[in-house]
Amino acid sequence: MQISFTLNGRPTTVEVEPATLVAELLREQLNLTGTHIGCDTSQCGACVVHLNGLPVKSCTLLAPALDGATLLTIEGLQGAPGSNRLHPMQEAFRENHGLQCGFCTPGMVMTAVALAKDKPSLTEAEVRHGLEGNICRCTGYQNIVLSVISGAAAMHAAAKGE
Amino acid sequence: MGNVIGIGAAPKRKEDQRFLTGRGNYVSDIKRPGMAAGVFVRSPHGHAILRDIDKSAALGAPGIVAVLTGDDVAADGLGSLPCGWGITDAKGVPMKEPPFPMLAQGKVRFVGDMVAFVVAETVEQANSAAELLAIDYEVLPSVVGVLDAVHPGAPQLFDDVPNNVCCDWELGDKGAVETAFRKAAHVAKLSLVNNRLIGNPMEPRAAIAEYEPGTDRYTLWSTSQFPHVVRFLMGALVLKIPQHKLRVVAPDVGGGFGVKQFHYGEEAVITWAARRVMRPIKWVASRSEGYVSDRHGRDHVTEAELALDETGKFLAFRVKTLANMGGYLSTFGPNIPTNLYGPLLSGVYTMPAIYCNVKVVFTNTVPVDAYRGAGRPEATFVLERIVDVAAAEMGIDRVEIRRRNMIPKEAYPYQTPVLVQYDSGDPMGCLDGALVAADVKNFGARKAASQRKGKFRGLGYSTYVEACGLAPSRFAGRLGARGGLYESATVRVHPTGQVTVMIGTHNHGQGHETTFAQIVSDKLGVPFENVDIVFGDTDRVQFGMGTYGSRSLVVGGAALSKAADKVIVKGKKIAAHLLEAAEVDIQFEAGKFSVAGTDRTKTFEEIAGAAYVPHDYPLEVLEPGLEEQAYYDPVNFTYPGGCHIAEVEVDPETGTVTLVNYTAVDDVGTVINPMIVEGQLHGGIVQGVGQALYENAVYDDGSGQLLSGSLMDYCMPRADHLPMMKVATHSTLCTHTPMGVKGCGEVGTIGSPAAVINAVVDALSHLGVTHVDMPATPNRIWRLLQNASLPVAAE
Repeated sequence: MQISFTLNGRPTTVEVEPATLVAELLREQLNLTGTHIGCDTSQCGACVVHLNGLPVKSCTLLAPALDGATLLTIEGLQGAPGSNRLHPMQEAFRENHGLQCGFCTPGMVMTAVALAKDKPSLTEAEVRHGLEGNICRCTGYQNIVLSVISGAAAMHAAAKGE
Repeated sequence: MGNVIGIGAAPKRKEDQRFLTGRGNYVSDIKRPGMAAGVFVRSPHGHAILRDIDKSAALGAPGIVAVLTGDDVAADGLGSLPCGWGITDAKGVPMKEPPFPMLAQGKVRFVGDMVAFVVAETVEQANSAAELLAIDYEVLPSVVGVLDAVHPGAPQLFDDVPNNVCCDWELGDKGAVETAFRKAAHVAKLSLVNNRLIGNPMEPRAAIAEYEPGTDRYTLWSTSQFPHVVRFLMGALVLKIPQHKLRVVAPDVGGGFGVKQFHYGEEAVITWAARRVMRPIKWVASRSEGYVSDRHGRDHVTEAELALDETGKFLAFRVKTLANMGGYLSTFGPNIPTNLYGPLLSGVYTMPAIYCNVKVVFTNTVPVDAYRGAGRPEATFVLERIVDVAAAEMGIDRVEIRRRNMIPKEAYPYQTPVLVQYDSGDPMGCLDGALVAADVKNFGARKAASQRKGKFRGLGYSTYVEACGLAPSRFAGRLGARGGLYESATVRVHPTGQVTVMIGTHNHGQGHETTFAQIVSDKLGVPFENVDIVFGDTDRVQFGMGTYGSRSLVVGGAALSKAADKVIVKGKKIAAHLLEAAEVDIQFEAGKFSVAGTDRTKTFEEIAGAAYVPHDYPLEVLEPGLEEQAYYDPVNFTYPGGCHIAEVEVDPETGTVTLVNYTAVDDVGTVINPMIVEGQLHGGIVQGVGQALYENAVYDDGSGQLLSGSLMDYCMPRADHLPMMKVATHSTLCTHTPMGVKGCGEVGTIGSPAAVINAVVDALSHLGVTHVDMPATPNRIWRLLQNASLPVAAE
């Protein structure tokens, strides 16, 4: 079947098998390999993307659900359109050493951006709770938590034009 | 132009840009033209005779390319998966080393053992075809635990391995230990289990293989921590591919922790199959597949006894362990519970005599091998637990008994009774630092506050040492290593003065692209941004042993340091010629070659340019070019260690243990990048906390089924399980590594399980609890509380 959706700001039309998962569509058909697959039970969160502005695990979503929707993946997150600049949340992960092997990172960052969307000042407890669905094996989460707290503040400061 | 960023600075990581933007290059991201998909068919039985595999229906399936089985492997005369260590028993009799075929032949020995490889146009077609294989198994009883496996009448995995014992290994002076025990004022005894773990790097294993008929060359992309070792083991010993015809690439790898430092059968099968079908083939493990095929870790059952005099001084330590090897010997398997365990049993203490006996045992489980820490967390756990048991029984404070037995700073180098000689350390300094950082003096008030809420609070210590920087080849060779354990680095200076380093270690989260660039920037005075680190490709990097055993900085960094020194030596020769001075008068500092006592200088870039444009160059004494290589084989292990203090709160209503505070003060030698070291400590500590509180690989006895076979069943630490940890370093310098480094990748995982369990036992000690096995799950604690002789309510 044919589906049309907005992918990282661009109108996209693709032919898919109806049983295709969004994570597979992104990785195999669209060559967007930043969305990772770390498990088969929707536990790890490495595949988190934003569907119509909400974070979803793309390994549990069938491609036909994208028809007419807006999808944002890690490749579409950036500091300024068309630039090599990092989004404030990505920058916060870099500043706070919130990543090591990088495999969980795209899902972590996408979850963090969603978590911070309406909240400029997140508490440690809110962040830890909000990351329940994302597993990292490298960092012990400490620097990820610090990244998300400072990234949230930076996102809102940037939005205000500070 | 950028800046020199040297040793001790904390630049942000070079590798982060690609990972943060989704532009990493992991094996599963790679596509090759004409690529087919492969899936492995695995035994659903723990133990069975493999009577027959009927391929006919599968071979007629849509999209099918090939179906390969153990019979095809045998017909091609391929080798068995090799074990890299050959240990011997006390009489010098070699371990039993049954073959480990890359696809099962005649028998399967664990759930997950590979019986066939199915190749098709798509993964879906390969999976569908795999279901059409008619596999005739005669199911046998399984044995999964070590105590059962050595019991008379237990199922036997191999005809020629009686009682499933691979090796009955020992270390130490048994007679001296027995004499000491006879004189002891007190003997503490402890039986414990070190729980089986599954490493779970977030990237599942994957491989792509390709054969180029035009050049007769093979390429294997693999999620490996040591591509050169895979090239050697697989090429030379399994598939008989000449080394120059085989390229192994391990690109970005999403975490390893030991799980990816073995040569796996999947790598050999897919490489062999790629040539048979003349197409690239890709295989990506699912997480569930990883659970039954990634090598597991730990799994010991131990009886320990500590002899003390009347003042609490340790006299002797006796440890008997049964170590689970699983169904076959993996690459480092038998080395882990023996050579990396027994020699660590002295800990940070003056222990006059030690005897250790380890029975290495086959069972119908996934092969067991190194997992972060590998043998050393097990040794630390036994020792640090029994020290607490002895302290409690003798009425001595837990910190005081440690102090009374600690090796004083002045006593280094310190020879233990179990082979190793610690070069440097200051365990007392780490302990003192941790006591302050953990605010131990106010623990009583915190405990009282917990009691008012009906909770039990406990404090646990772990003062420990480990051996890392694997490894001095001569020492390892005496212990049974079948290869060398040195490292190599090439420093290539380009005509414009930028530098590319080729190094044999592998970066899969440790930040080597940053740390190693700092070393080069520091030594050569070149801007940090002008240095790139290349790793993970046998066609680009000369040679190497890869990354494991906290060796990359210690051994690889030393090779890099040596190679950079050679660049300076050659640069001085060039400068001497260009500046018309004697070589001995040339000084190199801050990126400039100068003639001592003059203002005549040449920059590093000028020397690099002259090396490649030799118009005015001493060709009679020097070759053009500026590229140097060094191999480094360490003279000893390094011995990082420290003091970890865990503070837990137990809810007696639910049995839930909450880690509320965690403090670590570690001696890791010279710190190159403190930001990265801190990150390594955080991650390492949490992996140890995972073992202590959450993680457990559980098999069903009899059927051999893995019950904890998914992330739904195997509890991984998550963000909301953990407090903010306090980590700090209290470093003494290693006396034998070029930069004084000791390594930091594993210390967290080695120190933390004992600290956490000691805290749990402390919290429950008023109920008469003297030991809790890992993981201290709510279920286990709740049961313990129900059975405790004292009332549950806090007093």
